[in-house]
Amino acid sequence: MSVHLQSAPGRSAARGSGTSRPKWEKTPPRRDGGRSRAGALFVSPYVLFVLVVFAVPLVYTVWMSFHRFYFTAPGTDTDSPWVGLSNYRDVFTDPVVGRAFLNIAIFLIINVPLTVGLSLVLASALNSKIRGRAFFRAAFYVPYVTASVALVAVWQFLFGSDGFVNHLLGSHAPDPSWLVNSHLAMPMIAVFVTWKQLGFFVMLYLAALQNVGKELYEAASVDGAGRMRQFFSVTVPGVRPATTLVVIYAIITGANLFSEPYLLTGGGGPDHSSTSPVLLMYQKGIEQGHPDSAAALGVVLVAFVVVVSLAARKLTERGD
Amino acid sequence: MLRRTAYALLVLTLAGTATACGRAAPDPATARDARGPITVWLSNNAQEVRWGRQMVAAWNERHPGQHVTAQQIPAGKTSEEAISASIIAGTSACLVFNTSPAAVPTFQKQNGLVSLSDLPGGDAYIRERGGSLTDQYRSPDGEFYQLPWKSNPVMILYNKKLFRQAGLDAEHPELATYDQFLDTSRELVRSGAAKAAIWPSPSSDFFQPWYDFYPAFAAQSGGKQLIENDEPQFDSPAGRQVAAFWRKLYAERLAPQEAYPGDPMSDGKSAMATVGPWAVAAYKDSVDIGVAPVPTAEGGAGKHSFSDEKSAAMFNSCENRATAWDLLKFATSTGQDGAFLETTGQMPMREDLTTEYAGFFEAKPTYKPFAQQAERVVEVPNVPGSVDIWQAFRDEWTKSVVFGRESTGTGLRNASSKISDLLNEYGDPS
Repeated sequence: MSVHLQSAPGRSAARGSGTSRPKWEKTPPRRDGGRSRAGALFVSPYVLFVLVVFAVPLVYTVWMSFHRFYFTAPGTDTDSPWVGLSNYRDVFTDPVVGRAFLNIAIFLIINVPLTVGLSLVLASALNSKIRGRAFFRAAFYVPYVTASVALVAVWQFLFGSDGFVNHLLGSHAPDPSWLVNSHLAMPMIAVFVTWKQLGFFVMLYLAALQNVGKELYEAASVDGAGRMRQFFSVTVPGVRPATTLVVIYAIITGANLFSEPYLLTGGGGPDHSSTSPVLLMYQKGIEQGHPDSAAALGVVLVAFVVVVSLAARKLTERGD
Repeated sequence: MLRRTAYALLVLTLAGTATACGRAAPDPATARDARGPITVWLSNNAQEVRWGRQMVAAWNERHPGQHVTAQQIPAGKTSEEAISASIIAGTSACLVFNTSPAAVPTFQKQNGLVSLSDLPGGDAYIRERGGSLTDQYRSPDGEFYQLPWKSNPVMILYNKKLFRQAGLDAEHPELATYDQFLDTSRELVRSGAAKAAIWPSPSSDFFQPWYDFYPAFAAQSGGKQLIENDEPQFDSPAGRQVAAFWRKLYAERLAPQEAYPGDPMSDGKSAMATVGPWAVAAYKDSVDIGVAPVPTAEGGAGKHSFSDEKSAAMFNSCENRATAWDLLKFATSTGQDGAFLETTGQMPMREDLTTEYAGFFEAKPTYKPFAQQAERVVEVPNVPGSVDIWQAFRDEWTKSVVFGRESTGTGLRNASSKISDLLNEYGDPS
């Protein structure tokens, strides 16, 4: 049975009948729609930042996606006619776009569960009293703060066709090799990103674990629960809000995948097997000069991320 | 208060956006005759930078009132991206001595280029300097938006030391026909002299066909462009022979399917490369270079190759175009072209290079085949949607030739069909 502190008898008694406010309790400050000049002044830089960096580009992107548009030199009188859903039609009929979204789906299916599982297990381990805890905490965090380009070099050293792993595997090495194999390229990128970002998510879980009461573990222990049982019955429910955050953050960063396929697999890999939607946006918008199609693709990607994130949130918050 | 703050922020935002976007281009009529300081951009090739600095110094000494500043093109994945971004921002230099002909249609569409045909004696100067080869650089409207400046005819460069290690004749390598090239490649790899016989990048970048397919296609087809008279030309016997040849190289692992993170020729990982004469200077300290023509099915001399040309172009943001035009003529004069050849080893787009600069080619005979090849070069087609077209070709090439996921015939047919659609789309943008 779940216990709700708000309905605990002691608190109800202290509040009397619950229909009138006790005299000693101060009236909370009225939310007056931001009439405080100081408050408005303090929030204005952030509001300005949000407007300039997010709102204006977002609105402009949506506008571009419904027009025939290309970038021109200043002062050029350019016609940008309304084309309705034409750019979206181009996006939905382009097989490479379909492949890019399939790639991202593969990426998320591998990356998100792996991220949640590994980071929670590692955070739990690093939260206990083990020797060299500080070293391990730092070690897992180092890839996250290291430039992608440097890490890509490490990955190529390991998984290049002439790399260390293939030397170990000898004749058992995959052919074509890891990063140019159309079945393995995307999973390799998913594992690479998981490894690179693990430190950040471990840190999030470590913070969340500080809020899980020790008395819950003691009570579970008294009831005879082993370490595994404690993990699933106390730790996992105890960090559920953090899990929601980790899942949604991993989905958003994963859906924006760019530099890893760009650097690891030479701009999309064999036969677009590691092309991501953002990489495609870059190719269409910057390399091929079709910012309108790229904008439509961007809007579709945002919708994709919103839908997947909401579904993931429903899933992770189920049972709350 | 909240409403006022919101309005103020909105006005600020819009004003900021408008200011950022509102850098006006100079009036063309005024700019055409204006003289004064200008900026030029050079590629980041060390030898070109050295030539550019001496050229600009020579100009500045003679024209104190029209000071020229030379800079390298801002960093970007490719020069084309950096130039395109600068056109949009209105910050491009007056002249760029590294404009890819494939990007000219895009720059034109962006209204970034000045027509050199509109400048005094523009057409006549370009024709006089470059001869008949310059016709490939006219835009569809018949005007020149680029001055064909220098070519880097793509040939086979090979590492003599690795050839000798493989027991091959390094002075007379058998590379003329496809069969000879394949046999030589097999020997190079089988003997362990090199990991790869040849290692062009197998990545999906739109410009990579210029270093595997296109030189071979130019040679095999007798000098055809990718597109002629609005029709793709490569789904043909010549195109299919080229694709089958490269497919064998990849299938037998003589050419790797994975991009090399560096320069495989310089690192001794590959025994051959398809490159232009710029590489002679770049490799001179690390590789004992030999030069051979691009192979064809039957072999033989006098074949074509891809030019890998770079043009000089004038940009719309230029306020002192009279100075820019004079500098362009100065930088491409006989004297400066000679200095350019001497410093970089790249071929100025002039006829009869070997006669004009006989002394140079006598002193440096490695460059002579490139000069002879420069008379038989094929350029990328100057058509709208050029980058899209090359990307469509590359996607099918990667699938069919590099990874063998479909037949080379199907790959070329699909690419031809996609490119025909793109030509129709760009021809009728409505």
